[in-house]
Amino acid sequence: MKRPLLLWVPLVAFVAVLLLFAGRLANPDDRVVQSRLIGQALPVFDLPAAASDRPALRSTDIGGGKPRLVNIFASWCLPCAAEAPQLMALRRAGVEIDGIAIRDARADVDAFLKKHGNPYTRIGLDARSTVQMALGSSGVPETFVIDGRGKIAHQHIGDIRADDVPKVLKQLEAAR
Amino acid sequence: MIAEAGLIALWLAAALAFLQLALSALGLWGGKDELLGAVRPVAVTQGVLTAISFCALVALFLRSDMSVLLVASNSHSAKPWLYKFAGAWGNHEGSMLLWVTVMGLAGAAVALFERALRRDTHMATLAGQAAISLGFYAFLLFSSNPFARLSPAPANGQGLNPLLQDPGLAFHPPTLYLGYVGLSVAFSFAIGALLTRRVDAAFARAMRPWVLAAWVLLTLGITAGSYWAYYELGWGGWWFWDPVENASLMPWLAATALLHSVTVLATRDSLRAWTVMLAVIAFSMSMVGTFLVRSGILTSVHAFAVDPERGSFILALLAIYIGGALALFGWRVGAVREGATFRTVSRESALVMNNLLLCVILGIVLIGTLYPLMTEAFGHKVSVGAPYFDRVAGPLALALMLLMAVGPLLRWRQDQARVVAKRVAVPAVLLVLSLVVLLMVGAGTIGVLPLLGLAIAIPVGVASLAPLWKRNLLRTPLFTWGMVIAHLGCAVSLAGMACDSAFTVEKLVAARPGDTIRTAGWTLHFERIAPIAGDNWTALQADIRASRGGGAVMIKPQSRFFTLPPTTTSEAALLTRWNGQLYVVLGQEADAGRWQLRIWWKPFVTLIWLGGIMIALGGVLALIGRERRGWRHKWQKGEA
Repeated sequence: MKRPLLLWVPLVAFVAVLLLFAGRLANPDDRVVQSRLIGQALPVFDLPAAASDRPALRSTDIGGGKPRLVNIFASWCLPCAAEAPQLMALRRAGVEIDGIAIRDARADVDAFLKKHGNPYTRIGLDARSTVQMALGSSGVPETFVIDGRGKIAHQHIGDIRADDVPKVLKQLEAAR
Repeated sequence: MIAEAGLIALWLAAALAFLQLALSALGLWGGKDELLGAVRPVAVTQGVLTAISFCALVALFLRSDMSVLLVASNSHSAKPWLYKFAGAWGNHEGSMLLWVTVMGLAGAAVALFERALRRDTHMATLAGQAAISLGFYAFLLFSSNPFARLSPAPANGQGLNPLLQDPGLAFHPPTLYLGYVGLSVAFSFAIGALLTRRVDAAFARAMRPWVLAAWVLLTLGITAGSYWAYYELGWGGWWFWDPVENASLMPWLAATALLHSVTVLATRDSLRAWTVMLAVIAFSMSMVGTFLVRSGILTSVHAFAVDPERGSFILALLAIYIGGALALFGWRVGAVREGATFRTVSRESALVMNNLLLCVILGIVLIGTLYPLMTEAFGHKVSVGAPYFDRVAGPLALALMLLMAVGPLLRWRQDQARVVAKRVAVPAVLLVLSLVVLLMVGAGTIGVLPLLGLAIAIPVGVASLAPLWKRNLLRTPLFTWGMVIAHLGCAVSLAGMACDSAFTVEKLVAARPGDTIRTAGWTLHFERIAPIAGDNWTALQADIRASRGGGAVMIKPQSRFFTLPPTTTSEAALLTRWNGQLYVVLGQEADAGRWQLRIWWKPFVTLIWLGGIMIALGGVLALIGRERRGWRHKWQKGEA
């Protein structure tokens, strides 16, 4: 009587694997890797100025009691241009935004800001992506919400769309 | 016009597959015996139609007909003709068309040449083959039409992924597909035998050539893929336990087990249910592999047409065929009578051990490949890599090698332990000697697995030659030669793997033109770096003069930039010597004027692939030997 039951074991195992596959197909991996630094203090950095009319950016410039955004962007990045109006809107709403320009050149950054507007208080030039890596960011654009004590509260991967703006404002409010 | 003709041929072939299934089902179980006579011509016509359809696709690629969507998105008019040709199957739709074509041709061959099998099992096999083909036709026609038109037609096309623009890779995927399809034929035989409850030696003899052929092709495909990854990806490794590599390894492991169990069934009429089970597992592993690769549910370097809709389709096919086969197995195999029995010390039980070990290794690879999926279902992201596979599968593979040395020296049915001990005495002494020598020389500097691998390779190589001992070599049957060469190939390959992990010397330098680098007995003079241009790429090429003692050779590693689509690849420079390979990769510019150079000296690494080729050659010899004997028997019967 033992043998007949045993013969169905492969089918049962196979069905389990099928269910696993089906579950995974139904919920595909988003492939987004969040920074491990969320909830921790900003890493220490000191970047030179990336634009001719904005000061340089140091980690000590961030976290003076007021929450703010750190936006990782580049003049060569198309989604960053698409994101610019939303950043301008946030700026008009009174949000402080610092920029980190990745693998960029000062003349290119100036041209980019002239064309798409300049929402930034300070802009640091991260010529070899070292600060970007230290932040746990893997692409442009990305935006970090930093609370008043200089801790990373949230990470927004990809460009900020128009319907993301209220969410970002809420996150800034909560990080106060 | 060509595209439409190809599509019509494909539809007709699908209709014939349906007809083939209906005719054989009605003939076998509907009592309409006269219908069975039509099954064979239908199967042959179906094969011809799929071939026409595939030729149409190849013609479209060769003519760079950009009004066809598939050509426009995977080819480019500026591409060398070989890659236009290979481009026909270097994409999802084309490769599926190749799959059904090979399946159609294999079905035609089963219909034409199979004579020894009972008629009802033969017809049930063709019905199974038609049922599998139908699923793939539906997949092609409803979700992956290779002949879809594009309007307006672009001027040039998108190009083929540059990593794939390599002569080795043009033929690597089709070789694997041929292997997978061969396993589908074995699967159909198993279904046929289950349906008619005729699991016996005749069935095993009918199935064996397909299993052998599939296994040879899988061996070649894996060997070629491994060498391609070795020289094209520029990491200096030859196996990465990447999900896609595992997807090709798992069917191979199952096919290797099946190959041995089918021999037991054909020779001794034992292991009936087990052989049927293995045939189902082998084909299901090729389907699971295809699913994992095409659905994109696992992250891999082989991003291949990731598309959830296609994934769902393959998953549905997997559920229907494999689920159906396993249900049939559970339902029917109880009715299959137990075959001949054997003693504990016998060749049969060595082969049972071989099957168990292979299946455990298969299970280890399968679990390792699926583990990230399982944990992610519970919210953890992990990746499983070489440390797990090496440590868990490695020792078992070594045990399997030892068993492989002993198994062929045993007699069928029963043998005496004392006599066996005598036969393996020489290799056993060699094993102890090489272990002692290696422990004295390499303890502490060589890892445990490579050390054991080295110690085992030589005695196993010697033992694998033992079946030829005291035999007239000219009168030894070809299939015995095949076994000996394949087993020797395993030992050779193992020696290569062990040498590579034990003795490889790696050096990473930042060098300026004019610098001289010394490593592992080689002197490399970095002469210059200059841009050069090829057909559809430009590259930075380093000219390096390499010498070991006398006789300098120029080697030229490149960092290649393809414009269509824009991608950078590294073309490693390989210098092959009898005792190893020098492997040089040109990396990025480190800082002003200095370039990263990665240099490896890999002693005896080429043995890995030489062994792979020997294994495949052994399979070919066994196939020819078995078939020739089969024909001779038939001929002699005809005389009498």
